[in-house]
Amino acid sequence: MTDLDFENWTCPLPLRDTPSIVMGHGGGGAMSAELVEHLFLPGFGAAAAAAGLGDSAVVTAGGARLAFSTDSYVVKPMFFPGGSIGDLAVNGTVNDLAMSGAMPLYLSTAFILQEGTALSELARIAEAMGAAATAAGVRLVTGDTKVVDRGSGDGVFINTAGIGVVADGVDIAAHRAAPGDAVLISGDIGVHGVAVMSCREGLEFGTAVRSDTAPLHGLVAAMIATGADLHALRDPTRGGVSASLNEIARAARVGVDLVERDLPVPPGVRDACSLLGLDPMQVANEGKLLAFVPAEQAADVLAAMRAHPMGACACRIGTVVPEHPGMVVARTALGGTRVLNLPIGEQLPRIC
Amino acid sequence: MKYLDEFSNPDLARRLLDEIHATATRPWAMMEVCGGQTHSIIRHGIDQLLPEGIEMIHGPGCPVCVTPLEIIDRALAIAAEPGVIFCSFGDMLRVPGSGRDLFGVKSAGADVRVVYSPLDALTIARENPDRQVVFFGIGFETTAPANAMTVYQAKRLGVSNFSLLVSHVLVPPAIAAIMESPRCRVQAFLAAGHVCSVMGTAEYPPLAQKYGVPIVVTGFEPLDILEGIRQTVIQLESGRHELQNAYPRAVRAEGNLPAMAMLRDVFEVTDRTWRGIGMIPDSGWRLSPRYADFDAERRFDVGGISACESPLCRSGEVLQGLLKPNECAAFGKQCTPRNPLGATMVSSEGACAAYYAYRRLDLVQL
Amino acid sequence: MCLAVPGRVLSIAETDGTLMAEVDFGGVHKNVCLQYIPDAAVGEYVVVHVGFAIQRLDEKSALQTLADFERLGILDEEFGDGFTRAAEQAGADQ
Repeated sequence: MTDLDFENWTCPLPLRDTPSIVMGHGGGGAMSAELVEHLFLPGFGAAAAAAGLGDSAVVTAGGARLAFSTDSYVVKPMFFPGGSIGDLAVNGTVNDLAMSGAMPLYLSTAFILQEGTALSELARIAEAMGAAATAAGVRLVTGDTKVVDRGSGDGVFINTAGIGVVADGVDIAAHRAAPGDAVLISGDIGVHGVAVMSCREGLEFGTAVRSDTAPLHGLVAAMIATGADLHALRDPTRGGVSASLNEIARAARVGVDLVERDLPVPPGVRDACSLLGLDPMQVANEGKLLAFVPAEQAADVLAAMRAHPMGACACRIGTVVPEHPGMVVARTALGGTRVLNLPIGEQLPRIC
Repeated sequence: MKYLDEFSNPDLARRLLDEIHATATRPWAMMEVCGGQTHSIIRHGIDQLLPEGIEMIHGPGCPVCVTPLEIIDRALAIAAEPGVIFCSFGDMLRVPGSGRDLFGVKSAGADVRVVYSPLDALTIARENPDRQVVFFGIGFETTAPANAMTVYQAKRLGVSNFSLLVSHVLVPPAIAAIMESPRCRVQAFLAAGHVCSVMGTAEYPPLAQKYGVPIVVTGFEPLDILEGIRQTVIQLESGRHELQNAYPRAVRAEGNLPAMAMLRDVFEVTDRTWRGIGMIPDSGWRLSPRYADFDAERRFDVGGISACESPLCRSGEVLQGLLKPNECAAFGKQCTPRNPLGATMVSSEGACAAYYAYRRLDLVQL
Repeated sequence: MCLAVPGRVLSIAETDGTLMAEVDFGGVHKNVCLQYIPDAAVGEYVVVHVGFAIQRLDEKSALQTLADFERLGILDEEFGDGFTRAAEQAGADQ
């Protein structure tokens, strides 16, 4: 072994400064956050909202409180057990609005299509979007279509933006999570991510797990109707429950303590994760929400969630604590502890 | 999953832990060789539940961590060649070479694909006869039969556009190298269960005798690891140093004979450089001359690429159990999973990454 | 190093002269190469790593191990503290 020279130590590997975009920048983890913080916000300058660029914003226009959100959908494959990119494009944006406590009303739809995309596939996607919008009670009111060269896109990309109204008195935001809050989840975790992975090239496996893609604003309305002071809501999509809890813990400067055995991981997800070496806590959901509510109101909120079809399996998974701010800590089934990190980039199957 | 979940039972884990606490009367330092075991130990918080004096030293058994830098650089060079489809296990994509990682090469336009099995890469080769398809064949004895079978099939089926970039490493020479190190503190080994599923246990009794250390073949679920530790502690306390098999449901003394026959046909023993550790004689496998046509290093003429490791990262000491990850000055500061200095921080099985992921709380509170 | 998990063989078929099996991992199904455990039968459990069965899972041994763990606890209750027992066991183990 060579002698070590710590006097002249410099970091030889600043991967942070990759000169070009890598897949991890879109993974919803630490790399995505850094891109916003270090590139977009400085670039936007004074024009950017003071609160940063969250999944959705609540703005006031003409005296009304509006929630406003945009999201792009690039999922591969476009069709997977339990849904398609069309379902996600509607439900994902509806849910981003719902996490502000809004009643979603209108969505835009913009398509970037690769030259050569089969019209039959596009038609299936359009029908899925129509059905999802009808089910969610939102209207698709404006749209755009562009085509890119074969090879510069990859099938179909969809962007949807949405607006909804937020009732007076509703103030749901990540920074409001407070020590003592109960942390609730609306049902089984990791389902969507496993369904998509099961048909991804190179990983294919057979499973009965189907995507949970669904609109959540009805569930949120039922929770608000209890009169409880909902502090924070988040739909744990990319990066899974782990990413969402970390984001809220950081935004509110609080710690989150979880009890691992209380996490609702269905057997199909647990087994697929065992096979691929993944952590169910980092696997995406598309029809679940995390709620931070004052402990004394948790029972009422849980009862309202369980009475709603989207929250029938809702349960409490943890507590907000003043200790270890910004960190999420789980008590393992054996009685040890582990820290749940913000996933870095893309989830990679761990095989060796 | 059956025969997995039962071996995580918290009540039985408690019994095993009580047993270990009752048995251990002195401090002991034992090494779990395999990165999968390291992952499990930290993931379940097992190290926090052991008696104070029982120290788990995390060994060099993460194939991603120990794959030599120059092989990574050769992989990056091959992946960047026009027309190549470069297939790899997911673990390898974020491992830094001298400059960048496979993700970086992919972002520059290379066709890099994650596959579950090397056979998937062979399928891709058969579906793309006009492209060169290369599989990055890394791993220990457990993974080698899969790579061997894939090359064997490629030859048998005449899939001439397929090749393998091989860098296999072997456990027994690494155990010997660790014991030969003058600074070695290891008093016992938990041997890697799945390596022994393939190779059997015959290689270990001579090591246990020569170095006077108990070697206990151990599985990967929490109960398996606790049982491995329990049997090790019993041996240490009674002054014995023998091979024991604490993972009999998946390990037979004779190993997997068809797999071992295939390994003898496809591979031959070679000296191998372990990243962060250095060259260990006869510690690896390369393709035998019979399969030279499928050797990606020859096909792409990258054999001349050599690399020099940064002297700044202390992962070598971590891999040899001489340094705990958090004792490195760069740990958690300049070196994080997001900005890894060395492979032990990159791979989720790497000791540094495992520490960072699961032990940050303790380290903050200390 | 090596993530390998036990699964139950559902069916066996030869593809391109290679023995392959459909293996069930608690509801997750995967096609697995059976060339290294050629005498595995439908219904048996195999240990699978990167798409290859590398060893047969000995169910009897698995159940025995679990039963042994259970017995540790019962001994605990019946025969008192672990120190004595550990000493006895250390002496009597081999």
